[in-house]
Amino acid sequence: MGSPHGHKLHFHGHSPIHRAPAHLKILALLAFVLVVVATPKHWFAAYAVHLAVVVAVVAISRVPPTYLLKRMVVEVPFVVFAVLLPFVAHGPQTEVLGVSVSESGLLSAWALLAKGTLGVLASLTLAATTEPQQLLLGLERLRLPNLLVQIMGFMVRYLDVVTTEMHRMRIARESRGFTARNPRHWPVLAKSAGALFIRSYERGERVHLAMLSRGYTGRMPRS
Amino acid sequence: MHVPDGFLDAPTSVATGVVAAAAVGVALRGARRELDDRTAPLAGLVAAFVFATQMLNFPVASGTSGHLLGGALAAVLVGPFTGLLCMATVFLVQCLLFADGGITALGTNIDLMGVLTVAVGWSVFKALQLVLPKRLSMVAPAAGVAALVSVPAAALGFVGLYAVGGTADLSLDHLATAMVGVHLLIGIGEAAITTLAVGSIVAVRPDLVHGARRVLETRELVVRAPAQAQA
Repeated sequence: MGSPHGHKLHFHGHSPIHRAPAHLKILALLAFVLVVVATPKHWFAAYAVHLAVVVAVVAISRVPPTYLLKRMVVEVPFVVFAVLLPFVAHGPQTEVLGVSVSESGLLSAWALLAKGTLGVLASLTLAATTEPQQLLLGLERLRLPNLLVQIMGFMVRYLDVVTTEMHRMRIARESRGFTARNPRHWPVLAKSAGALFIRSYERGERVHLAMLSRGYTGRMPRS
Repeated sequence: MHVPDGFLDAPTSVATGVVAAAAVGVALRGARRELDDRTAPLAGLVAAFVFATQMLNFPVASGTSGHLLGGALAAVLVGPFTGLLCMATVFLVQCLLFADGGITALGTNIDLMGVLTVAVGWSVFKALQLVLPKRLSMVAPAAGVAALVSVPAAALGFVGLYAVGGTADLSLDHLATAMVGVHLLIGIGEAAITTLAVGSIVAVRPDLVHGARRVLETRELVVRAPAQAQA
């Protein structure tokens, strides 16, 4: 892919947030989001404080806010759910703009939106300021089982290889005049998925053999 | 679709995290048995494959499309323990590198879409293998049924968790009906794609499909009589 290191969300920089050890950042994110999740729904002032904390961290990291805002689309399905909530929840009803909605539903929708948004914003900040390699080292320092860190390392390393392989297969299909339009075309797509599995698995076997021939004993060398 | 932060209350999130950690611990041991020292590269590559197939869109009708969840597919292709490890890794990477699914909801996501789909999918698949004739052609349909059951099972699991730690005042009956209804439809798509994908792999490399091993082992080596010497 385009860049030799970093991933799609990573924003290159040299701020104190970028330089902070990854394991501390992961712990900070976890603690912060746990506090946000545990905050009662009607403590509106507390949410302002939470938001101020995230905004301050983003400001220090010097990642452009628009960069993060654009990537908040992952949240959209839950915004839809939150918008529906006041209409389907139970309890006493109240009038908003002439429409009868559930009071508790309205409060829950607010809490869901606030907590979800803060969570996504904080996670995006971590992803934008931490390189995958640092993240893996951080997880290892947090005593995540070594095997799990290795699996994650291989996944991160080959993610672009596998997704571009899938992209090439799509180009191959389309250059032969195929466009998937309805479920009748599923067999073709499913065969592509099958071929992708075989290629990924065989690549895994080749990688393993290459590692063995370089003296792999079950642990990765420290880099 | 991933559960975000704040959907379930803090105690439930912590509890699901503990369950997920225990399940991953068990899977790490099991995967060692399934793959020995090939675990790291192979599970990593299969996790990348699961991640990629989740980006492969299957058109449904009039512009809408869906994608595979892949729990049952992973279980049938690489075995339940490695499959669970792959799913857990996918969620971990999506959470930390792509901000998809909240970090406090990571346990919930792993439990529902990893542990539940893999466990239910694999049990259904194994049960079907006991009943169905031991033929290679039966592997793909069995995987499809496993996928069909696994998706609504995950939806029911979500309703169960919501009953314990939900943050909004919803009627559980309605939630259960809506979730299971929608996920039954998703399950049908998942079943169709899983059947087709497993079928295409079984046709080319049946030896790679973990769920087909039993069937392959029952094949007998036939030693044919040497050709008659020419007169």
